[in-house]
Amino acid sequence: MTQPSGPHDLGGLDAGPVDLAEKDTAYWEWQIDAMIRLALQKGLLTDFAELRDGIERLAPEDYEKLSYYERWARSLAYALVSKGILQQADIDQTIAALRQRQAGR
Amino acid sequence: MGDHHDHSKTFQPDHPEPTSDDALLGLALRELLIDGGYFTAAEEQAVIEKMQGASPENGGHIVARAWKDPEFKARLLDHGSEAIKELGFDLSPTEFTVLENSRSIHNVVVCTLCSCYPRALLGMSPAWYKSKNYRARVVREPRQVLAEFGVELSSEVEVRVHDSTAELRYMVLPQRPAGTEGWTEQQLAALVTRDSLIGTQRTLTTG
Repeated sequence: MTQPSGPHDLGGLDAGPVDLAEKDTAYWEWQIDAMIRLALQKGLLTDFAELRDGIERLAPEDYEKLSYYERWARSLAYALVSKGILQQADIDQTIAALRQRQAGR
Repeated sequence: MGDHHDHSKTFQPDHPEPTSDDALLGLALRELLIDGGYFTAAEEQAVIEKMQGASPENGGHIVARAWKDPEFKARLLDHGSEAIKELGFDLSPTEFTVLENSRSIHNVVVCTLCSCYPRALLGMSPAWYKSKNYRARVVREPRQVLAEFGVELSSEVEVRVHDSTAELRYMVLPQRPAGTEGWTEQQLAALVTRDSLIGTQRTLTTG
């Protein structure tokens, strides 16, 4: 078998039994889903391939650890920061503010 | 940050609050993009409602029409993307291909590289469809994976595994259950399950 081309290239690898449990989609996951669609619509992302590229750049241990929509968030952050649409410092500040708001509830 | 508390910054009640670093990263991006005027909370809400409105009933509707109308079925199998427009569904620019099960053929769909899925026709994909274990194994040992879903295939049945891409989505056309002659399209559509459209269920039951 050929070597996997990245952490996303899973076809044919050894893996365990499939977990058949149904999982609800949390509201924040719908929000990330919607944000990606809007980012594409508004041209913040050129196309879906750009988002996939960011996911495929993840370190294998991150890819495995992160949930589906967490990977999307990571990839969108990478794209928006590298294009200068958002600044990393603003993102960090906003995360801190979100944590504070959560703690205050 | 003061006391201002507009809608875009309110966590939805009745939903688990995200606590992981990367979930909060996503919400931080969302907040910055809304504050920056790139999109509005109302636009977000409209997208979420639209996506939540899609469900396997849509796929079931297409299947039931194909069972009832052989000419539609021929068009559907010939060029799925065009045929589903007749029922008001449009996946373009993504190509859409329908795979027909028969007594001797069973089709199953995966996306090994990411998690491509015809969401407009099937709704949100199940967690297992996005899981490493399904994506890794179904292309190499489909019979074993299908057995985990309770699908036991005799060796005479050929299994065809279809790997989706960003440009091409698949849906399985399951076999019409026996004893449904004369059923209405609506009754037939109600028999169709999400898993039968993915191919992790083979037999539909009439209850």
